[in-house]
Amino acid sequence: MCGIAGIIHRDGPGDIGAEMTRMLQSMKHRGPDSSGFALYGPPGDLLVMRIKLADPNEARGFGWSERLERHRNEVEHRLAKIGAMVDVMHGDQEYAYRVTFRYSGELKPLADYMEDVPGCEVLSLGHSLEIVKDLNDAESVAERYRLPGFTGTHAIGHVRMATESDVDISGAHPYWAYPFSDIAVVHNGQLTNYHMWRRRLERSGHRFQSECDSEIIAVYLAQKMDGGLSLETAMKQSLDELDGVFTYLVVTADSLGVAKDEMAAKPLVLYESPELVALASEEVAIRAVIGHEIDTYDPYEREVLVWHL
Amino acid sequence: MKISYDARGLAEPAAQAPRVAVIDASGAAVFDAAELTTRQINLELRRLVYHEGVTDVTMRNPGARHSLAVGILARCRITIEGSLGYFGCGLIDGPEIHITGRVGWSVAENMMSGVVVIDKNAGSLTGAALRGGDVVVRGDVGARSGIDQKGGTIIVGGNAGTMTGFMLQRGRQVICGNVGGGLGDSMYDGAIYVGGKVTSLGVDCVEAGLDAADDEFLARKLRIYGIEAPAAWRKFVCGRKLWNYDNLEPAERKLVL
Repeated sequence: MCGIAGIIHRDGPGDIGAEMTRMLQSMKHRGPDSSGFALYGPPGDLLVMRIKLADPNEARGFGWSERLERHRNEVEHRLAKIGAMVDVMHGDQEYAYRVTFRYSGELKPLADYMEDVPGCEVLSLGHSLEIVKDLNDAESVAERYRLPGFTGTHAIGHVRMATESDVDISGAHPYWAYPFSDIAVVHNGQLTNYHMWRRRLERSGHRFQSECDSEIIAVYLAQKMDGGLSLETAMKQSLDELDGVFTYLVVTADSLGVAKDEMAAKPLVLYESPELVALASEEVAIRAVIGHEIDTYDPYEREVLVWHL
Repeated sequence: MKISYDARGLAEPAAQAPRVAVIDASGAAVFDAAELTTRQINLELRRLVYHEGVTDVTMRNPGARHSLAVGILARCRITIEGSLGYFGCGLIDGPEIHITGRVGWSVAENMMSGVVVIDKNAGSLTGAALRGGDVVVRGDVGARSGIDQKGGTIIVGGNAGTMTGFMLQRGRQVICGNVGGGLGDSMYDGAIYVGGKVTSLGVDCVEAGLDAADDEFLARKLRIYGIEAPAAWRKFVCGRKLWNYDNLEPAERKLVL
């Protein structure tokens, strides 16, 4: 089933960490397997990278912690080696780290070099995007990663009921559009031409970390935007090029978009005001962050909507 | 609110009606749902309608929660001040329900008789498997309104989405605005009246002429609910090419599908 949610503040930053937690927690019944957040803090000169070095539910043999510590040091070492000046490296979990650093080179070689460390997956990379995802419900993930208080302008999130692939961090949404900075996607639905698109994108040099069909949407859109298309045009093309049922949300450094397939098979409720736009699989999620009585509507089939900061 | 589940996954197996409604001198009841769980709200409604004999209930602050006011099998009047989530007013037989906000997917699913009036928009699957009564949406509805409808009437003041009247078996739909693609796809019987533009017709759905009985029906229904009629109506019915499709040659079947 899965639940998706998005929020964009048009009048300056808000506590998107707490807001997205409340939105996702109110949709816990749509998917208790894992919860994920893509949050946009204030953009700066530094790059911010979120990585995981292992999965919380994998078998922990002897020396698990020591191995993670070794891999963490290897990541830091490799960052220095590739020419990045590390500012802060902090681990909310022993298997999940947030690193800020100064770096002016290409992102793809850096991401590939990091992911060459055993067990390492780059969850997000950009100047303002931070992806946090882990197993269990939104409140427990938010608590483990200290998300309440995260100030920013826009965010998307996802609660997952796994149908297509494993229950692990790699299979959790949101997906970062590797290797393009500051783009992420959450998706509710199934893509039926996933393998075709995956092979096509892999031939262009992109890597996929999971068996989850949703992972291709982010890379698909980012590649089109890299080729010069606007977000809106790329999303409109996706209506014809992606088969299956979907409602997906996409975020970039300064915008948030939603697209629905031609059967309107997956739900989405939308609330729009001059100050903020909030949208989710269920209205209860929108009401979780808006105290007053609201009017909402469901976008129709084949609708593509984009809001800019 | 912490919700408990039993071994079968049923929510709040031990819940009791909270008895928070205030019944005034005229016998009308009012209660606030803001602090109640879904199950408590439904238990309170049942207590009032079945055990207190109340025939006029007002519910405040439903908060767009799912599965409210379901399974009520008695004549009564229920006013819901606010919006419902998914599966609202499903499986009912008899009540007249007025919702001042909007509703999510599958409102009045499998309703046997009664009236559900929604002042604002509705999600997809409005009146799914409807068997009788009227479902009235003053705003717009999503996709697949009246999927598998077997009776009753769905009236929409605004627009409707894709596959409206999908597999309609009996009953009528009145859409004052525009409808999306695939209208009346695979309908077996019944009629769909459209006041606005039709994006495309579904499989085996054909246009028919309106007669005096249609005009009378439309004028009467819109008058009852105070909905403004569009300039002109078009009527769509089943083309009946699929009624016996087992006997069709494969080539003919392909033509229809």
